[in-house]
Amino acid sequence: MSYIPADKLKEEAQTIIKEIDFSNLKPKDRLRIPMQEMPAQEPKARAKNIQEVALGYFEEQVKLEAERCLQCKNAPCIKGCPVEINIPGFIKAAAEGDYQKSVNIIKESSMLPAICGRVCPQETQCMAECTVGKSLKDMDKSVAIGRIERFVADWERAKGKMSVPEIAPSTGKKVGIVGSGPAGLTAAADVRKAGHEVVLFEAFHKLGGVMIYGIPEFRLPKEILDKEIDNLLSMGVKIKRNFLVGRTRKVKDLIEKDGFDALFIGTGAGLPNFMNIEGENLVGVSSANEFLTRANLMKAYTPDKADTPIFTGKRTAVIGGGNVAMDAARMALRVGAEKVYVIYRRTENEMPARREEVAHAKEEGIIFSFLSSPVRILGDETGKVKGIECLKYVLGEPDDSGRRKPVAVKGSEFTLEMDSVIMALGNSSNPLISQTAPEIGVNKWGNITVDEDGKTSMDKVYAGGDIVLGAATVILAMGEGRRAAASINKLLADNK
Amino acid sequence: MSKVLDKKMLSRDVVQMKLLAPEIASERQAGQFIIVQVDSDFSERIPLTIADADEKAGSITIIFQIVGKSTLKLAQKKTGESVENLLGPLGKPTHIEKFGTVVCVGGGIGVAPLHPIAQAMKNAGNRVITIIGARTKDLLILEDEMRSIADELIICTDDGSYGRKCLVTEPLKEICEKGGADLAVTIGPAIMMKFCAETTRPFGVKTYASLNTIMVDGTGMCGGCRVTVGNETKFVCVDGPEFDAHLVDFDNMMLRLRSYKPQEQDANHACHLQAAIDQLQR
Ligand SMILES: Cc1cc2nc3c(=O)[nH]c(=O)nc-3n(C[C@H](O)[C@H](O)[C@H](O)COP(=O)(O)OP(=O)(O)OC[C@H]3O[C@@H](n4cnc5c(N)ncnc54)[C@H](O)[C@@H]3O)c2cc1C
Ligand SMILES: Cc1cc2nc3c(=O)[nH]c(=O)nc-3n(C[C@H](O)[C@H](O)[C@H](O)COP(=O)(O)OP(=O)(O)OC[C@H]3O[C@@H](n4cnc5c(N)ncnc54)[C@H](O)[C@@H]3O)c2cc1C
Ligand code: SF4
Ligand code: FES
Repeated sequence: MSYIPADKLKEEAQTIIKEIDFSNLKPKDRLRIPMQEMPAQEPKARAKNIQEVALGYFEEQVKLEAERCLQCKNAPCIKGCPVEINIPGFIKAAAEGDYQKSVNIIKESSMLPAICGRVCPQETQCMAECTVGKSLKDMDKSVAIGRIERFVADWERAKGKMSVPEIAPSTGKKVGIVGSGPAGLTAAADVRKAGHEVVLFEAFHKLGGVMIYGIPEFRLPKEILDKEIDNLLSMGVKIKRNFLVGRTRKVKDLIEKDGFDALFIGTGAGLPNFMNIEGENLVGVSSANEFLTRANLMKAYTPDKADTPIFTGKRTAVIGGGNVAMDAARMALRVGAEKVYVIYRRTENEMPARREEVAHAKEEGIIFSFLSSPVRILGDETGKVKGIECLKYVLGEPDDSGRRKPVAVKGSEFTLEMDSVIMALGNSSNPLISQTAPEIGVNKWGNITVDEDGKTSMDKVYAGGDIVLGAATVILAMGEGRRAAASINKLLADNK
Repeated sequence: MSKVLDKKMLSRDVVQMKLLAPEIASERQAGQFIIVQVDSDFSERIPLTIADADEKAGSITIIFQIVGKSTLKLAQKKTGESVENLLGPLGKPTHIEKFGTVVCVGGGIGVAPLHPIAQAMKNAGNRVITIIGARTKDLLILEDEMRSIADELIICTDDGSYGRKCLVTEPLKEICEKGGADLAVTIGPAIMMKFCAETTRPFGVKTYASLNTIMVDGTGMCGGCRVTVGNETKFVCVDGPEFDAHLVDFDNMMLRLRSYKPQEQDANHACHLQAAIDQLQR
């Protein structure tokens, strides 16, 4: 993919629109409409600013993209969507220019369309099932469902008035939601709608979970998140920030002493993994969580205003191949690194990161070192990072995950000069809740175990999101929050 | 939001501050700490030990030394004003039981976090010997408070301006030699804790050190506070702050404490800091 300027994309769309008679489109005509690329900031410029990279479709583009949809009767895309959004339905409304109807259809299933439209891995979900992609024998050419979703959600936000859902009359029951990531936010809204009093506990001083401290501004502007959260507040959800359940108050005390009728635990997978290699505790090595938190939550990308320092190396190595690695690498560029390497032990094909993010990273000048993995980090006499020693790998037999397992090549050591290293090896679940509430059962990875209703082994306590699934996605966390909320609402309706 | 209920200077650059925080006051135990952030958008989150708490009044007390931008910002808050964010109580509480004789060793500002631990050890029926040290007499804090708890109080200054002219490790060694210690607890500069650990090691006296690494979230999410303890990586904010001092890699910890030194110096030119501290004395 090479970069095409936004105004060029707009012009092209305008030209094509004029040539099409939309009143009488046959499926083969629809297949002929070119897929609309996402307008983006110019790569060189954006690598030095924090503003959103993807700019969103122009109205002409939305029209064209929505008209590509074949309105399949069996709608395979819906099965690819973890929360089963009525995809052909909202696309049809968008094609007709009824954006309000379109966004309302999405909101029947997803509470955060402006966010999901931006961060969902559509290429492995809805788009992976799309008939258009299959017909064109190129799944990258499936209908760009997420881009249309984003457009209509942004349209509603720009209009100013967001529809506040109806709240049932007060039931006198009280539910606590622990954690304000997508799982917690969704559960809070759904439980509140049923008329229960809802208190949302968040350890941080800001709400949003990974969406605020992890996913960077250039991919998900915080203004969007704030709007969604305002919406929640307008529903009458009470919010307690700076409240670490397990320490500020134990789970048991919330139920037994403070009178909560049910609790939902959505505390996420916040524990950064390290490799346990030599040199990992040198000065200049950080976890991606630490690096991104300093940058995002503590706003260290505005050094003239923020008090929180960030380690701004000139040559930065990021270890890992997921979204977290892409975000850390691209953020490193934006806070001043001159050369950023991503070191990943498999090849580009196995990378768990979203393809769009990898493409963006490449355009911005991130250097990828595939099939290599660090063996140790080298330090100078003052304990600062000066380099990283890696081994080359080849792909062997497939492992449990079905991906081909990387095998080290003996004697293939090579050294790269670096002054900072960011470990982006994924996250495990934070053990605080299970340590302070032994009644809540966990599996061998420390994830909380739940039944099909999202209930934990402790009475009145439900859980969902990354704390149950391990590091997953925003949309799955939302789905889990929704499921547990339904169970809680049922529980509270049953014991009147 | 937490209101500043009271503020007083304990020495030229040490501030004692009482904050309204009923939830923290009722849950906290000796050895735990809080994270303070003066304002939400651009301030740093800094860890400070809960020096004391009054459950009835719903207040907690912190004692901190002005060493940089964030501690200065906090010190500049006036009684009646508020700090935006206060998270706690964090960390595992100190393991308190009847050990016999407990030697509590505090250096500099470390005497503040040591105080609640000494108190709890005393309440659990231990004989408590306290050794407190400072560079010079004026920098010594909480002498009276410590005296009222301890069965024996030993004061050391580097320059001999008060008490014994020696490092805190000297009386610690004497006590160990006499076989008079069942447990030692040490809090202070990393270098002091390191040498306390070396002092007690040959005598096999179990020693706890409360570590003051750099932190961001204080909830186990970032790993910025990691230290090496017995060849394992531990997070001070959730696994600590107290660890077996004989297993802590203090050298690595000291390196990591200096991680952001260039930026910190930028943020606070020493003379600017001194001028600001002068302002506070009025
Ligand atoms: C850098 C990065 C990039 C990502 N990019 C994508 C992407 O592009 N697309 C995608 O779909 N997914 C992405 N993910 C994954 C996605 O963000 C998570 O799967 C999702 O946020 C999980 O939601 P959650 O609600 O379970 O938990 P979280 O979002 O982790 O939220 C948990 C919240 O609970 C709070 N908390 C924790 N413990 C306590 C406690 N004891 N008391 C009170 N509060 C507590 C935490 O402070 C946090 O705010 C990314 C993740 C990271 C780290
Ligand atoms: C669990 C814990 C409990 C603590 N309890 C107390 C307490 O009760 N009273 C108190 O005064 N301090 C305490 N500290 C240390 C305190 O957090 C730091 O002094 C503070 O973060 C410095 O912030 P600053 O912006 O003012 O200084 P900065 O500008 O960040 O630093 C100024 C100077 O202080 C040094 N420094 C920075 N961070 C630390 C640190 N964490 N520890 C030691 N030196 C540091 C720097 O190397 C630099 O030389 C505690 C730390 C931890 C981890
Ligand atoms: S599968 Fe593709 S073409 Fe068919 S309805 Fe879904 S989005 Fe439209
Ligand atoms: S301060 Fe972030 S993990 Fe301890």
